[in-house]
Amino acid sequence: MKKESTAVAPLTVSGITVAYQRKAVVEDVSFTLPEGKLVALIGPNGAGKSTLLKAVLGLVPSISGSVAIYGDTYKKMRSRVGYVPQRESVDWDFPTDALDVVMMGRYGHLGWIKRPGRKEKDLAMGTLDKVGMADFARRQISQLSGGQQQRVFLARALVQEADLYFMDEPFAGVDAATEKAIIALLGELKRAGKTVLVVHHDLSTVEEYFDHVLLLNKKLIAAGPVETTFTPELLHETYGGKLAIVSSNGREALVKQ
Amino acid sequence: MLDWLISLWSDPNTRWILMGCTLLGLGSGVIGSFTFLRRESLLGDTLAHAALPGVCIAFMLHEVKSASLFLIGALVAGIAAVFCVSAITRWTKIKSDAAMGIVLTFFFGVGTVMLTHIQHSGSGSQSGLDKYLFGQAAAMVTSDVYILMGVSVLLVVAAMLLFKEFKLISFDPGFARGIGLPVGLLEHAMLILTTVAVAAGIQAVGVVLVAALLITPAAAARYWTDRLPVMLAYAGLFGALSGASGAAISTLGEGIPTGPVTVLAATLLFVLSLLLAPGRGLLSKALRHRNLKADYARSAERSALNAAEGGSQK
Repeated sequence: MKKESTAVAPLTVSGITVAYQRKAVVEDVSFTLPEGKLVALIGPNGAGKSTLLKAVLGLVPSISGSVAIYGDTYKKMRSRVGYVPQRESVDWDFPTDALDVVMMGRYGHLGWIKRPGRKEKDLAMGTLDKVGMADFARRQISQLSGGQQQRVFLARALVQEADLYFMDEPFAGVDAATEKAIIALLGELKRAGKTVLVVHHDLSTVEEYFDHVLLLNKKLIAAGPVETTFTPELLHETYGGKLAIVSSNGREALVKQ
Repeated sequence: MLDWLISLWSDPNTRWILMGCTLLGLGSGVIGSFTFLRRESLLGDTLAHAALPGVCIAFMLHEVKSASLFLIGALVAGIAAVFCVSAITRWTKIKSDAAMGIVLTFFFGVGTVMLTHIQHSGSGSQSGLDKYLFGQAAAMVTSDVYILMGVSVLLVVAAMLLFKEFKLISFDPGFARGIGLPVGLLEHAMLILTTVAVAAGIQAVGVVLVAALLITPAAAARYWTDRLPVMLAYAGLFGALSGASGAAISTLGEGIPTGPVTVLAATLLFVLSLLLAPGRGLLSKALRHRNLKADYARSAERSALNAAEGGSQK
């Protein structure tokens, strides 16, 4: 085990509770993310996964608890965080192209009044290339498929050159090419020492794609490395009997009911 | 016709009015593009209809006809209306569209009652307030025109300086918040600019119809381009043409209200855009569809022929 006593954790969440109209949607959640790992946040529908993510980013108010990003508040550490939201949050008929959307990721760095220039354009083209969308740079976003739109969002987050990334269901409803591109990208981010927290819905791919896992069902059931935490017992506890483990030829498969 | 146009330009009075209304149309088109893309077009109408009581109260307090005073009255009333809409949506289950409808009609009703009262009172006929319903560009004096021109310059400059910020908060306000843009502040700025455009526009186009200057040129512009800066330019152009038409026609005779003419011009441009714009226009789509069908039929015919030939050669 590497000695990390002086390193500040990318994300420490303490006692976060989020409620809508008196009902707790996320209840007393605390965990610390290890640096340089790919972490999956999983749980049944309505477990509060997206809400937890949004609470960490301050997009949704929490009624208790605190969040520390690299030891400080999100406001101060914004430049080290990248966020890929769910695709439905945007009007895709807006008059703009893929390259323009990615360059919007640099607006925080540009400041007021300054227009994006050569440097921003090159950076944006670079990240579009990384997600395999370089040929679509000038394509209107309304003409992109769901998976392509997802990859543009991903590129927009990458162009922020962050150290900690949050992704909300990046694999939901995407085509095989996009899925491959996202996996490749996650691998690259990990090799570069970045930390990624992904709200993930597909249990069958957790062990293959991720190092760490957070099991959430309103409360945090467990958190830890995939080997020790992604177990049938803990999964049963998280999914509350909505899960069946099917055994065939000695290999187990998870089936959501 | 040409003589008439030349006479408009040579008469210094009409020249100024023409320039003022043209610039007003330009500025409204530009800021209206953003409200259009944010799907907040009804807000412009709410601001306009709510301005009426503001203008009336400004007159009742000072008993003098003054465009700048009325402008302030319209601004204050507009901001009050927006507060009411926010309060309704926040404290009740009523959604913003109905809230705006309620506030818009209520304020306008109150304003109409006030207007009737003023017109029956002694100083009423000099108030010029009835012109504020449908606009009367010909009634403007030089200082009024200066206000119009100043407002238009403000709108265009603000849109240019804050272009990328306005673009981002219109496209993805959640992301904007995430990267640290003061989204609330920017949205308020956009609202203030829209209110100013409306408040300045009501003397030329009138309370009832000024919303059209915000919406119609922007809607027309969307048909011509997929790039936002170009869309703003087209919206400004269409707005300017509409404003100019309204001002020009209103000089033809006493009592022709500017508002309806401006709206007719803007709508004509919209219909032409809808029909004729390359790419998104209806004509273009119909032609493309027809060509596609013809191509498909031809290639189907060809492959059927090939298959037949191939079969007969066996």
